[in-house]
Formats: sequence, structure tokens, C-alpha cells
Amino acid sequence: MARMTINGKTTEVTVNPSTPLLWAIREQVGLTGTKYGCGVAQCGACTVHIDGKAVRSCIMPVAAAEGKQVTTIEGLASGGTLHKVQQAWIDYQVPQCGYCQAGMIMAVAALLKDKPKPTDADIDGTITNICRCGTFQQVREAIHAAAKA
Amino acid sequence: MITTPRFNRRSFIIGSAAAGAGLALGLKIPFGATVVRAQDGSPEINAWVVIRPDDTVVIRVARSEMGQGTITGLAQMVAEELECDWSKVTTEYPTPGQSVARKRVWGDFSTGGSRGIRTSQEYVRQGGAVARQMLIQAAANGWSVPASECSAANSVITHKPTGRTTTYGKVAEAAAKLTPPDAKSIALKDPKDWKLIGKSVKRLDTVDKVTGAQVYGADLKLPGMLNAAIKDSPVFGGKVKSFEADKVKGMPGVKHVLPVGDSAVAVVADTWWEAKTALDALPIVWDEGPNAQVSSATIAEMLKQGLDAPQAFVRNQNGDAKATLAGATKKVEAVYAYPFQNHAPMEPMNATAKYTADHCEVWVPTQNGEAAFAATLAASGLPADKCEVYKINLGGGFGRRGAFHDYVTQAVLIAKQIPGTPVKLLWTREEDMTHGRYHPVMQSKLVGALDSSGNLTALHLRLSGQSILAAVFPQNLQDGRDNLAFQGLDPTGDFAFGYTIPNLLIDHAMRNTHVPPGFWRGVNINQNAIFVECFMDELAKAAGQDPLEFRRKLMTKHPKHLAVLNAVADRAGWSMPKPQGVHRGLAQMMAFGSYVAACAEISVKAGNKIDIHRIICATDPGYAVNPAQIERQIAGSFVYGLSALFMEECTVKDGRIEQTNFHNYDSMRIAHMPKVESIVMPSGGFWGGVGEPTICVAAPAVLNAYAAATGKRIRTFPLKNHGLQMV
Repeated sequence: MARMTINGKTTEVTVNPSTPLLWAIREQVGLTGTKYGCGVAQCGACTVHIDGKAVRSCIMPVAAAEGKQVTTIEGLASGGTLHKVQQAWIDYQVPQCGYCQAGMIMAVAALLKDKPKPTDADIDGTITNICRCGTFQQVREAIHAAAKA
Repeated sequence: MITTPRFNRRSFIIGSAAAGAGLALGLKIPFGATVVRAQDGSPEINAWVVIRPDDTVVIRVARSEMGQGTITGLAQMVAEELECDWSKVTTEYPTPGQSVARKRVWGDFSTGGSRGIRTSQEYVRQGGAVARQMLIQAAANGWSVPASECSAANSVITHKPTGRTTTYGKVAEAAAKLTPPDAKSIALKDPKDWKLIGKSVKRLDTVDKVTGAQVYGADLKLPGMLNAAIKDSPVFGGKVKSFEADKVKGMPGVKHVLPVGDSAVAVVADTWWEAKTALDALPIVWDEGPNAQVSSATIAEMLKQGLDAPQAFVRNQNGDAKATLAGATKKVEAVYAYPFQNHAPMEPMNATAKYTADHCEVWVPTQNGEAAFAATLAASGLPADKCEVYKINLGGGFGRRGAFHDYVTQAVLIAKQIPGTPVKLLWTREEDMTHGRYHPVMQSKLVGALDSSGNLTALHLRLSGQSILAAVFPQNLQDGRDNLAFQGLDPTGDFAFGYTIPNLLIDHAMRNTHVPPGFWRGVNINQNAIFVECFMDELAKAAGQDPLEFRRKLMTKHPKHLAVLNAVADRAGWSMPKPQGVHRGLAQMMAFGSYVAACAEISVKAGNKIDIHRIICATDPGYAVNPAQIERQIAGSFVYGLSALFMEECTVKDGRIEQTNFHNYDSMRIAHMPKVESIVMPSGGFWGGVGEPTICVAAPAVLNAYAAATGKRIRTFPLKNHGLQMV
């Protein structure tokens, strides 16, 4: 069992402590916005925030999140207001199939928290998520737009 | 409110109850007329359009949305003729079972070959037009006036002489009782009068994708559902010899350890992670069979033999290429080779099945609901009226989820062993990488003859390699020939070759392997564009001519091919001086009914680092339904195509695919992304595809630019094998 705060709510996750956080979130907590893409921290579809930092949850044991603040895509908006990254994603029509976008958005939200006005080099160095639909051109535009929002 | 087709429990319950009879329930009403009702009770005007009392318009879309924008585009087409308020449009999927029950009223469900819009555009527009006529007629009847005095716009019907108005929602009930007019009796709008088609409206399916609310197949939850992980024989064609279920049956959550057909084993557990963990621990002995002897080297040797084989299927010929080449004073010759590649959509393969003795239901992200339905029937052994398939959103398709439903077959075979319990089967990425339906492996030998003025007098293009149709749809071979192998090289049609050469021979020595081939975004244009367009540059160089001018001379009878090529050359300033260190390359092709061309601008740093500054792409798809979405598909197709060019190859060792995950089958990241400038230039009069055509011109344009920069011609792929990287 591990106890953590998920999207602002104290949550006890009853599961083998070696279970990846991704699968605890998806299967025990029931939040499926965080995706499985590779299971080896290559693609970033599973990105969540742990204490505000972007983490690939597919290789992080749930035990390592004990006592931490976990934010998933479902917890990114505050109340009824979308996070500025989510809004930019709509404004710039970023998603195609959309499967990778929750992870992409979480990675970008963490980047903007760290660097509110990222350069293209900052983006290139930080956003390493795979998108097989190839939305990168719009992702970059939307990041810069969100930075101005 | 705008929503998108998505699974919800309500549609599951009602859909289940209605399976066989069709989801839309025929309901007798007191006056004797039959109104077909949607699941929420709203009246169906016709198969395409349901209108709710609040004026919400539900447009039914049979094709699958996998990111390419089909749902929004098709809804635009129905709404254009329907004259409804676009802000109140939502969409839903009919199910394959309903389609069967209603005599395929929605036509083809197959979503591949860039056909979603181009092959259904006419009947979906007619569907909207018929519904509009019925709504107008219902209003006219209510006012006791001739329908000809009424018009509709923005979901409002107006009686022109009196100015009276009503809305679609108010007359929908009455309209649903009318006999539909013959669709052919209603003239469709002239394209110049389109208000919605051609407009870059926002997609209908974005919001749920940014909040995590969208349910993909992998996210599905059903009451009492168990989860399955699977391992199929690592060698294609191998079988399970034995497995030791007792070793893992006591592991947490494990419920069943089951054979699946004769080649796979599945573990079924409470959660997927438990199933996967137990599967990893399960000892399995495989009977790998004779295919275990096959390697990439043996396959390459087999294809090489085909390059000069006397027997080959001829697809496109004129004049006498062989004789001209035999007598030529100047010949240019090159051999190219293209590897196996995996689709690797971000969402691994999955399907959920529930089986009882007299009913089988499947929930699956699929590009072809009807093919998934067929797989369900075959695996369950039940007739069509006892099966149903519910389409769920796809986390990418790219051709992997269209013709192939191996994961549906597996899910049903598992569910059959646990009757009454829904089971979700989800593949690991490793299973996906090693059990794909791969981009076919192909080699090509090209020989061209140049006369003393540098004119191309003959070309023989020999393909040697795998046939997709022979493996997947052998009934579609024509006297043994796979016409799809020649995409982009055909004499005429949707894949017409864009050059006129006095003596031409294009043929294919079919060399099939045990590695299963599939339709991979763009299919055979990926390699054919590289072969032709790189060789055109090789010929131009041998002739001492500019690559653009060399092509233009051969394209005078192909004005639409030439128009897109000219468009990218003009935008790039082909004839103008280039910035220091920047080199350009061109390519053009016709594919899936559209004309496409690209111009890449690159520089090469430190000998092996290729920086693609910009790729200009022009496409003439005839009509552009949603230009902004087309631009996104172009840019995305380049990511798919350039990832393949630089990084992606599936190699075979001991009969199995060696690559297992994204660490050894890589994909472009944002840092690699070139600036893509799209020129969408619809010339009208035909309907071409969007999702695939442009993918094929990125690679040869970059390769030609690289040759211009370095003098080196690369003829085997991916480029990582030459130490070349994208930066």
C-alpha cells in the first residue's frame, strides 16, 4: 500500500509496491488519461507531475511516490478552467489521434513552470515525447502561445 | 455542445439490447408511421442524421477517426447539404451489426487508403441533402404551403412569402415520418456555393483529448472485466509446444493461463499489470519451425536474385525499353533497397471481448468496423445476428488496424474460454514491435538510357520484393500480379506515373517472405517514390542537367503532376541563389488520387548531421475539405516518413524481428522537426486523398538534397545505418 496525494486528494493505493505508478493510477485509482505507450520511459505518454516535476510514471514504482503530490492530466485544469497549455492545444488544434497528448501536455506544463518563456532550444532539450501522428509543428507553436498567455 | 463518438455505458447498454435489430429502434407510434429512433429517443431523419428537440444535430460517421480528421471532414460534408447550425453538430458511429441489419446503409466502414472522404463524399452529401429536403417538407406541411416556397439555413426553415420560421428540432419528429425522396432527385450544391466544405473549422474531437477524458480502446472498463496479456510465437509461423501454467497460477491477481489458438499463450488477471507480470514469469517452450532459419541476409539475397530474374509481372510499359537500353551509348544503373518497418501507433494493439454461448460482443479501436466484425464472427463461431462490435477511439492506426484484426481474434478466443466475463486484451509494446504487419521489404534496380543530348530515352524499373496482396488479399491479385506494388508507377489512375518516357518498362519480381506484410501509411509509394525520384536526380546528374529542368521535360503531358512540382520549386526559389551551405532536393508523386511534391532544404554538418531547415510541400487533392487539417496531416506525414527514412528498420534474426521497443526502433522528436510549409492547391473536379500521399515525397526530397550537398547517393535505408543523423 502507498499513500499519496493524487490531483489534490489523499489516496491510498492498495497494490504491490513494485507496481509502476502508471498502472496504479490507471488500474487502482481508475484515472486512464495517463497512457501506456512503451513501458520503458522512451515515449513519455505516461508523463505525470510528481511534486510539480514531469516524471515518466511507467518505470517509477508506486512506492517511490509515497507521500508525494501526484498530478495527472485529469488534475491539470483548475475547477472548470483549463490549464493554459490545454487551452493552447485547443486553440492551435494540436491533437491528431491524441493518445500521446496527455503526456505531451504534462511535460509542457512542467516546462513552463520551470521556464515560463522557453526558447526553441529549451523545448528541444526538454520535450522528448514521441508522437507518431507527428504534431510537433503545432506543439511548438502552442507552447510559445501558452507562454504568452 | 460538440461531442465526439466515444464509448459510454449508456450506448453500451442500449446498443447491446438492440444488437441484431439495429441500434436505432423501430418504434410504432399511434398514427401508424414508423419513426426510427436513436438511442436517446430522438428521431432519425435518415441513416445519416438524427435531430434532437434542442436542435442538436447528430451526424453518423461510418469511417473511423484515428487522428486524420475524417470525422470532422465527413460531418462538414453532411452539414454542408443539411444546412444545419455547425455549432450544434455532434457525431456518432453506427455499429457494424447495425450496418448488417440495415443492409449496409452507411456503405463502407473501411478507413484506409486515404479513402475516408474521397470515396464516400457523394453519398454522405446526398444523405445531408435528403435530410434537409425532409425537414423542409415537414415544415411546409405544417404550414400547408408548398415546400418550394421554403428554404433552410443554419437549422432554421423559412417560409419565404410570409417570413414564418421554425427550427429543425421542432419539425424533426414530423420529418422522420416522411418517405425520403430519391437522393438522385436532389441536386448537390455546386462547389462554388460551399460554405462549410473548404473551411478550416476546428475539429470536433479536440477537447476530450486535452483533458484525458477521451476513452481509447486501452482505457475501456466494463463491469466484472478481467485483463489479459499475451505472447505469440516470436517466430512467425511457430507454435506453442508447452507452457507451465502452475508456475504462475499462484501469482497475485492471476485467474487463468490460457492457450490462444496454437501459437500464443495469455495470462488473465484482475489487472493488466498482474497479467503482464505473470506472463513474463511464465515458462513457454516454442516450436519455432523452419522459419527460424530466416534472417535479413537470407531475405536480401532472395530479393537480389529477383532484380535480374527473367520472369516478372509487367505493369507499365511502352516502346521497347530493353532493346533501347541494350543499344544505349550512355546507361545509368542503380540498385536501391527498402527495409521492413513497423507501424508502432502510440496505443498498442488491444480489444475487449465478452462471449456467451449465444452472443459475442467486441469493443475495439479499429480502422474497419466491418473487418473487426468478420473477425469476431470467425473467432466466436456465431452468426452475424449474435455478434456486435463497438468501435472505440484509436490511438493511431497507420494501416495496422485496418485489414488485420489478429488482436480481435485473440481477444475472442480468450473470452470463449471464460464465458460471461468481459476480457480486455492489451499487447505490450514488445508484442506490438515483434508481431506487426510490416512495411514490405523491397529492392529496385533502375537502368536508364541517355542520348547524346542528355534526353532520357529508356527506363527499366524492376521491383523485387514482397507483395502485400499475396499475403493479405490474394483474391485481389490480377493473374498473379499485385497492382498495389506499383503505386505511383501506374500507367493511369489514382497512382499514375508522372513522366513520359519513350521506352518504359516497370515490372515486379514477386519475392515473398515469412514476415507478414501490411498496409503501412502510404503503403508502396514510400519506396517507389524513393526509387523513382532519387533515380531521376541520378539521371539528371549524369546528363549534366538541373534536376527540375530534367523532370519538366518529361512531364509536359502530366500538367497536374507538374503544377505541384512547380509550386514547391517556386516557393523555394529553386532558380535563385541559395544561402551558404544550404542544399535543395525535389520529389513529386501522384498517390491515392492526389498530386504531391516537396522541396527540402538541408545543410550537412560535421559530415553526418543532417539539418533539415524546411520542407515545402504542395498537394492538389482536387477538393480541400478542411485546409488546416490537411496542413496538419502533411506535417505529420513527414514525421512518419522521415522517422522511417532516418531511424526505422525491422531486422530479422532467427526468424523473428529483433527490434522490441522505441529504444531500438526510434521515432522523431520535436528537436528533429523541420519547418513544414504546406501549399494546399485544390484544382477541383476530382477527389484525392490526404492522410497518405504526402508522406512519400519527404524522403526522396531530403535524399536528393543530401546528394546535392555531399555528392553521395544513399541507396539503402534507414540512414542511421550510414551513420547519418537528423539534428
